[in-house]
Amino acid sequence: MSLKIFDGFKFAKLPTPIHRMDPRAKFILTIGLFVIALLFSNIYALIVIFLIQLPIVYAAKTWRRWAASMRAGVFLAVLIFIMNFVFGSTLVFSAAMTLRFLSLMSAFSLFFMTTSPDDLGLALEQARVPYTLSFTFTTAVRLVPTMALDAQTVIDAQRSRGLELDKGNFMKRIRNYIPILIPLIVSAIRRSIELAEALESRGFGASPNRQPLVVLEMKNTDYAVVALTFLMLTLAVYVYLFVRLPTPSIPITMPKILPWF
Amino acid sequence: MIQTEDLRFAYPSSLEVLRGIDLTINDGEFVAIMGENGAGKTTLVKTFNGLLMPTAGRVRVDGVDTRESSVAKLSKDVGLVFQNPDHQLFSETVREELAFSLRNFGYGEETIERRVTTILETLDLARYTESSPFVLSGGERKRVALAAVLVWNPKHIILDEPTIGQDYQQKDRLRNFIVQLNSQGKTVIIITHDVEFVAECRPRIVLLSKGLVLGDGPSDDLLSDEQLLKKASLTRPQIGELMHKLRDFGLPDTAINAYSAEHAILQVLGRKR
Amino acid sequence: MDVSPGEFVVFTGPSGCGKTTICRCLNGLIPNFYSGDFFGELVVDDLNVKEHTTAEMAAHVGLVFQNPENQLFSLSIERDVAFGPENMGLSREETRKRVDWALEVTGITALKDKPPYELSGGQQQRAAIAAVLAMQPKVIVLDEPTSFLDPRSALEILEVISNLNRQLGITIILVEHRLDIVSKHANRVIVMDDGRIVLDGDPRDVYGEQARLIGIGLPRVTTLFNLLRKEGLEFSQTPITVDEAARELRKMLSP
Repeated sequence: MSLKIFDGFKFAKLPTPIHRMDPRAKFILTIGLFVIALLFSNIYALIVIFLIQLPIVYAAKTWRRWAASMRAGVFLAVLIFIMNFVFGSTLVFSAAMTLRFLSLMSAFSLFFMTTSPDDLGLALEQARVPYTLSFTFTTAVRLVPTMALDAQTVIDAQRSRGLELDKGNFMKRIRNYIPILIPLIVSAIRRSIELAEALESRGFGASPNRQPLVVLEMKNTDYAVVALTFLMLTLAVYVYLFVRLPTPSIPITMPKILPWF
Repeated sequence: MIQTEDLRFAYPSSLEVLRGIDLTINDGEFVAIMGENGAGKTTLVKTFNGLLMPTAGRVRVDGVDTRESSVAKLSKDVGLVFQNPDHQLFSETVREELAFSLRNFGYGEETIERRVTTILETLDLARYTESSPFVLSGGERKRVALAAVLVWNPKHIILDEPTIGQDYQQKDRLRNFIVQLNSQGKTVIIITHDVEFVAECRPRIVLLSKGLVLGDGPSDDLLSDEQLLKKASLTRPQIGELMHKLRDFGLPDTAINAYSAEHAILQVLGRKR
Repeated sequence: MDVSPGEFVVFTGPSGCGKTTICRCLNGLIPNFYSGDFFGELVVDDLNVKEHTTAEMAAHVGLVFQNPENQLFSLSIERDVAFGPENMGLSREETRKRVDWALEVTGITALKDKPPYELSGGQQQRAAIAAVLAMQPKVIVLDEPTSFLDPRSALEILEVISNLNRQLGITIILVEHRLDIVSKHANRVIVMDDGRIVLDGDPRDVYGEQARLIGIGLPRVTTLFNLLRKEGLEFSQTPITVDEAARELRKMLSP
């Protein structure tokens, strides 16, 4: 199992307009895409929704990692396709559902790749979420790549002791992960304790009134993005209610292929 | 014998970490790989047991190209002890921890029992045989991790930063143990930046910097080369520095530990007396 | 044990002697964060550790840990350094002033927008020190800060620490094994063994036979001179640095 799936959600600091966008505006955009993707079941609409994201990926300069996360999601995507098709939906509908899943995953992947956990924390703080909660959330996000690195080291160490992860029957393979999981968990705990010591030693929780050094401010471009999102949503709702979208007439379903099914 | 030919390695979507390394380590040698953090030391040794495959060039272990082997096969002869023991320990008892690798390599239970007992005695860990590795102190956990690799008796042993977190006495014991291992015919490779440690046991030194070999030779020579050391972010051993300052009295730059310095000074005085 | 303001004290001793535990007592992590049996009194900068929370102690006593990786958790050094003052509830302007000052004192102003993982070990440790410094404590305790650093970075960080003591008057308590590089900065060395203070005084007085028997790593030049002394040679002073040793040997070797 490749750890590359984490790459698709890991933040990397790049000087692109997408990265610079206020996290709140970005979040609204992501939720907008999310809602629209859930709204439509029509394949043409979903193709459009998926394609809309591509220029954003381009602007954010994260092609390779976005592609990696899409590849990692292929397994689930195929599963969704099969589940739909096998239980009676048409070929087209199953493809539409798969696209919907990929759109959702892509939207969130983009969000996390272009938003620094620090900024996320600030956004939460400024939205008046209790500091302890927002800090917990952002630290968790921040520790994901660190944990992934730890996991790789543990895997390396155990392989160096003769552990072969790709051999054996199903049960053996599951048991082979115990020497990976335990050191990983122990590592995580030790790291957390060290971090907690450092936090305590720097007065975490000393005063209820925190004035963060850096403040998030929505710029005109951010407001524009929010406005655009609402426009998009309005358009989507209009199309959904009043426009009849064409569907390709390829009524292939499972029973047609295997009548006895 | 471990041999690399123009070894290059780059992580995907990243700069080259190893930029063309030609190295030959013969059986039974004692080598210290030194250099600044990020020089590529750990990456280099990971190519010796197959964890990493060269992106260009070749690595041969005992004549076998690592690309034609596997980590499990190479590890039988190349034992790599990682820096942080907590990345390895997972068993309920120290005995189980040691048995783990032997079982992976297919040894019988009787052999396992015998080997585990022997190695625990050798490393003065016998009293912890049934203890959980997690309740041991940092230094003891490091010894258990070392035992867990020695237990399958690999021909070549690599230790990644074995001295970090160890106090003076622990380092002393470790050094004696390493020298003993080497005298038993094992190839011993240590990655370290501890100049004083190296000055006391004087292995061959391979100096790495920015993915290239900066220097390769006996300790006495490399640890007295100020320019080289600076490039690799190392310093002279304290005694070496002292000798260097007093070189006009005939004291050799190459006396890098207290005993050889004492000897040299007494010699100089003897000549004068 | 008493430490006066402005001192530079080195705590050393074999593994398990209690030096790490002492560090955590000094800033209140023990007894506030860790529970156990606490006997006796510990007062730091007029604050009794039993009567104040770790957070309250933080503005008076800073603690820098061994591994810089687990102390820096932001995605920019600046924000990490701001963390302490922010916790204290200071105004944005005051925090800004302190952050800029701390970055300058430790020499990493140029790195303030970088994430910790792009910094070298030595730079990370400087950032950890800056993060503690920004709270402007009167005492800074450092637990083996050179453990993970290569020799050159270790020397550099010790210069930074020495600076804090000499130029800012901050009391420094440094726990270390590498006596060969710290001795020249310390005006006092305390040797612990098995949970007790066994030796306490000027490094030259402490680095004798008893220290060697306890098993601490004396500076190599000191060991050399102890060896030469055994051969009957006499010196006016026990050297703890290379320069001192060179001076003494020059006297002995010159006609």
